[in-house]
Amino acid sequence: MILEGTAWKFGDNVDTDLIIPARFLNVSDAEELGHHCFEDLRPGFEGLVKSGDIIVAGKNFGCGSSREHAPLAIKAAGINLVIAASFARIFYRNSFNIGLPLLECPEGSFDQGERLKANLKTGEITDVSKEKSFQAKPLPDFMNAILDAGGLVALVKAKGIL
Amino acid sequence: MKRPMTITEKIIAAHAGAEYVAPGDIVKVPVDTALANDITAPLAIRVFRETGREMVFDPDRIVLVADHFVPNKDIASAQQVKTVREFAAKLGIRHYYEPGRGGVEHVILPEKGLVTPGELIIGADSHTCTYGALGAFSTGVGSTDLGVVMATGRTWLKVPATIKVNYTGRPGAWIGGKDLILYTIGILGVEGANYRALEFGGPALKHLSMDNRFTICNMAVEAGAKNGIMEADEITLAYLKDRSSKSPMVFRSDPEALYERILNIDAASLEPQVALPHSPDRVKAVSQVGRVNLDQVFIGSCTNGRLGDLEIAASLLTGRKASTRLIVLPGSSEVYLDAIKKGIIETFVKAGAVVGPPSCGPCLGGHLGILADGEKALSTTNRNFLGRMGHPGSEVYLAGPAVAAASAVLGRIAGPEEI
Repeated sequence: MILEGTAWKFGDNVDTDLIIPARFLNVSDAEELGHHCFEDLRPGFEGLVKSGDIIVAGKNFGCGSSREHAPLAIKAAGINLVIAASFARIFYRNSFNIGLPLLECPEGSFDQGERLKANLKTGEITDVSKEKSFQAKPLPDFMNAILDAGGLVALVKAKGIL
Repeated sequence: MKRPMTITEKIIAAHAGAEYVAPGDIVKVPVDTALANDITAPLAIRVFRETGREMVFDPDRIVLVADHFVPNKDIASAQQVKTVREFAAKLGIRHYYEPGRGGVEHVILPEKGLVTPGELIIGADSHTCTYGALGAFSTGVGSTDLGVVMATGRTWLKVPATIKVNYTGRPGAWIGGKDLILYTIGILGVEGANYRALEFGGPALKHLSMDNRFTICNMAVEAGAKNGIMEADEITLAYLKDRSSKSPMVFRSDPEALYERILNIDAASLEPQVALPHSPDRVKAVSQVGRVNLDQVFIGSCTNGRLGDLEIAASLLTGRKASTRLIVLPGSSEVYLDAIKKGIIETFVKAGAVVGPPSCGPCLGGHLGILADGEKALSTTNRNFLGRMGHPGSEVYLAGPAVAAASAVLGRIAGPEEI
């Protein structure tokens, strides 16, 4: 699958409290959560993001709490893909489980507002604006199976058991 | 020849029905206990329903705890708790705990004997790693993973490589689990143990109570770890004796087990530690922090809300007055009652503290002690991310109960030796 969108740049150690502050966790509706995505870190983010945009970040993206509300909020805000140097492990599982793809690309260097194109299967990320390519780590087979099935629930439903 | 394994690898292998597992292997395992709270359970319940199952895999192996936004802080929170309560009743889940019957999840599961050594616990809360202190493999996941566990009783795991942390020496009088783990996170960094198991051992552990050990494993996730773990010993078994009727399965790492990294930390030479805003790995000895005037001190949470924590704080507050706002939330009804019996609650109230109900509230900026713009707090909790306890313009310093009590008295960050 090829995804193309505009880059939103973030730094290292973006924690789940920054992605969706806990005061908004009294609801679990994805659309409502999306309205508050990055509210403290980057006020107005949800209004500026266009559907299909891509987050690019440094290391340890999504660290902190296990709240699945974090990838739900990012996805509901319109983001289609997160590229980071590395991800915190619970956020990594949660994102695939809810159908938000992630690519781990330690060598990647992207700037705010650039046009990016990413191939989920091969892990190739092209900076269309700068005409430069980077290779992300290929997805483990098991994560590909979850993505192909359409999420963890769909996989369990199809197979009857995990 | 039998290949050596760590305690984490042995517990996962035993559950996977494998003789041997190695770091990087992806295995599917049965889960002994699945946990969720009032924030994560509503989503997990939705996922469980999406699987199309009528029944959970085993109603006695699911634990649901209303602890984050309780007593219900607003209508939306009340709705979430109602969802969890009704789900538990409908599906016959008897381990459902509300305020007055329970407390903070990671305090009450061990208290109620729901976790024993050798078990595999999956919880929709990142601090599920706390139970590693009992020699169990225990890790946090999100709501979808938990919903699937509720339906199938199974989950998938990537076997983590292990980082071993050896604590040597006898910790000083005011040094507790919080100081050891903050110091360790300061060395590892917030990503230093990402995807890894953190195995804590060494001769210093025999000087640490279960309350201190829970604190250490609780914050393994702050270094990114999948789980924190310790081998069960006589202190563990004594703790479990009157709490659990389950027979413990005690696993130990083989002497030749492979570790990715080994850290040796001399507990005897440690001063009380403080993590500075806005990251749990910005750690300094309390004497090196400099003058930081405080508006609020919070004592409580799944990290430091146990009886041993309250006893240390009370010992420093006896006959003294706090000069900051001081909020104390005992971690559970059991802790609360024990603290009343020991006169600890009276000490807190006389010191000018407000003693509230067991709740996660202030730790995550939920309720019961939110910070205003520009305010500084010292907290015995586990995270000090930007805006974690309130306004994004507030600051949170993390420390153990001794530093918390001394700081409350002096109105600035201070070590217990200063009062």
